[in-house]
Amino acid sequence: MSRFNPYEENGGSILAIAGQDFSVIAGDTRQSLNYSIQTRYAQKVFPLTSSAVLAVNGFAADGKNFVKRVKQRLERRMFPFYVYNILAGIEEDGTGAVYSFDPVGSYEREACRGAGAAQSLLQPFLDNQIYFKNQTLAPGAEPFVPGRLPLSTVLSLVVDAFSSATERHIEVGDGLEMYVVMAPGRSADDLTAEEAQQAKEWPSELTVEEMESLGDEQEEGKAFRVFRLSRPLKRD
Amino acid sequence: MEALVQRLAPPPAHVDPDEYSLGGDGEGNLNALGVVRGMQVPRVPDPAAFLSTYTNSMSQNPQAKIKLEHGTTTLAFRFRGGIIVSVDSRATAGSYIASGTVKKVIEINKYLLGTMAGGAADCQYWETYLGMRCRMHELRNKERISVAAASKILANIVYEYKGQGLSMGTMICGWDKTGPQIFYVDSEGTRLKGNVFAVGSGATFAYGVLDQGYSWDLSDEDAQELGRRAIVAAGHRDAYSGNTNNLFHVREDGWEFLGNKDISELWYKYEQEKKDARATAGAGAGTGAQGENAARPTTEVQPVPMEE
Repeated sequence: MSRFNPYEENGGSILAIAGQDFSVIAGDTRQSLNYSIQTRYAQKVFPLTSSAVLAVNGFAADGKNFVKRVKQRLERRMFPFYVYNILAGIEEDGTGAVYSFDPVGSYEREACRGAGAAQSLLQPFLDNQIYFKNQTLAPGAEPFVPGRLPLSTVLSLVVDAFSSATERHIEVGDGLEMYVVMAPGRSADDLTAEEAQQAKEWPSELTVEEMESLGDEQEEGKAFRVFRLSRPLKRD
Repeated sequence: MEALVQRLAPPPAHVDPDEYSLGGDGEGNLNALGVVRGMQVPRVPDPAAFLSTYTNSMSQNPQAKIKLEHGTTTLAFRFRGGIIVSVDSRATAGSYIASGTVKKVIEINKYLLGTMAGGAADCQYWETYLGMRCRMHELRNKERISVAAASKILANIVYEYKGQGLSMGTMICGWDKTGPQIFYVDSEGTRLKGNVFAVGSGATFAYGVLDQGYSWDLSDEDAQELGRRAIVAAGHRDAYSGNTNNLFHVREDGWEFLGNKDISELWYKYEQEKKDARATAGAGAGTGAQGENAARPTTEVQPVPMEE
C-alpha cells in the first residue's frame, strides 16, 4: 500500500556569498520532478525587504507557501516545510551577511553557503575559493582573509559554481538568477559601469537591472540598493 | 480561516503556570506575554510517527527526506575552579558534513551556558527561549535564577512535548548562589545533576579521556586542557564529530570563551608531543636502565597504531 507523501523533491540549487559591504545570493531557475523538467523558469530567490533577499530550495510548493507565510512567522516544527533557506543582505553594521537555515529553523551566520540538489558540488568549491580551505600560502604572500573578495570576483565565482553544477547535476540548469544587495553609500560602479562590464573577469551574457526599493523609510543616499542579475545556463 | 485554524489546532502544550494567555499578539509565535503559542501539528493519528517517517529527527529513518543536522560531541565538567564546557562544531546530514562552524554552546546569559546535541533547531530555539524565561525570573524576583530552576524550566517544557519528536540532549551549566552546577536535560524529559557529562555520538570517546584525567582538584589550566583533549579524541574517532573545538570556562563572575581551535591541527600537535615525550623518555632509560628496568622491555612493546 502506498502512503500519502506530502513532500516532493524539486531539485535545483541556491547559493549565497557575503562580501565586506555587499552580498550576493543566487539560484538556478529549473524546477524538476524525477527526470522531468516541470519548468525552466521557477523563481527561487525572493527579495524580502529593502536589505534582505531570501533563497528557498527543496519542495517548490512548500517554498512558495513558506515565502508567503514567512511574514506571519507561523511555527511548523512538528510538520516542517520541506525547505532549506538562505537569507542574504546587509547587517545593521553595514557588512554583508549570509544566514543559512535548516527546515526547522536552526541558523548560522556564514561567509558563504550552497544548498539544494547540488549542495555537495557547490559547497566544496566555495570552501576552497571563499574560505581558502586546503590552499597553502605562497612564501611571503599576504595571509588569506575570508570575506574580502571584490564583487567582480564573487560574481564570476557564482557563475562558475552554477555552470559547473549544471554540467554535473541533471537537476540544475536553464537559468541563473542573482541578487546583489549593497550597503548604503556604496558605489555601484563595479557592477554598473561600462568599464567593469568590459573587464576580462566579467561573466558573459550577464544582464544587470536595479530593483525598485522595497523599503519605504529610506532616505536618498542612505538607501540599500538591490540589483537583479540574470544569465542563461545550459538547458540540456 | 484564522478562526478555523485556531479551532483545529491542537491545545497549546506549553503554558507557563505563572502566566495566563491574553491571546494578544506578541513577537512571531509568542503571545503578548511572551509565552510560546501552540505549534502546528500534522492532523494524523500519530504525529511522532509522521515526523520520523519524513525527518531523521529521532535517528530512526536514515532514508528520510528531511535531513536535520545531527552528530555531536559535547562535554562539561565541574571542578574546583568552576566548569569547563567543551564542544565540537560539526553538523552532519546523513553522511554529508552540512557545517563545520556550528556554535554548539548557546550563551543563555552571562552566567548560563547551554550545549547543543540532537536537533540543532530545537536546542537553539528552546535555549534562547529559556534565556527569556530566566530574564523574566530576574525581573520578578530581583535575583538571578538558579541553575537548578533554569534547567527545570527547560525540562518541563520538553516534557510537555514528549513523544512529539523534539530531539535534544543538553547540559545547562552555570554558577549560582550554591556554586558551579551542571544539569543534563534531554527531550525524553530526563534531568540529572552531576559533575561530569558528555553528550552526543562521540560521548563515549570523550568519557574515555575525561575519566582518565578528571579530578576535582585540577588546576584551571589542566582542566581546560582536559576539556580540549577529550573533544579532540572524540573528533578523531567519531566520524560524526570534528572540525573545530570551542572551549568555555564558567567562573563565579560569569563565563569566558577560550577560543576556537582546529581539531585536526590539535590532534597532530598532541601526537607530536607524545612522540617527543617518548623520545626523551627513551634517551633517559638508555643511560640508567639495568636492574628492575631490565625486565621491562616486554611491557614496553607499543601496540601498532591503526592509522599511518
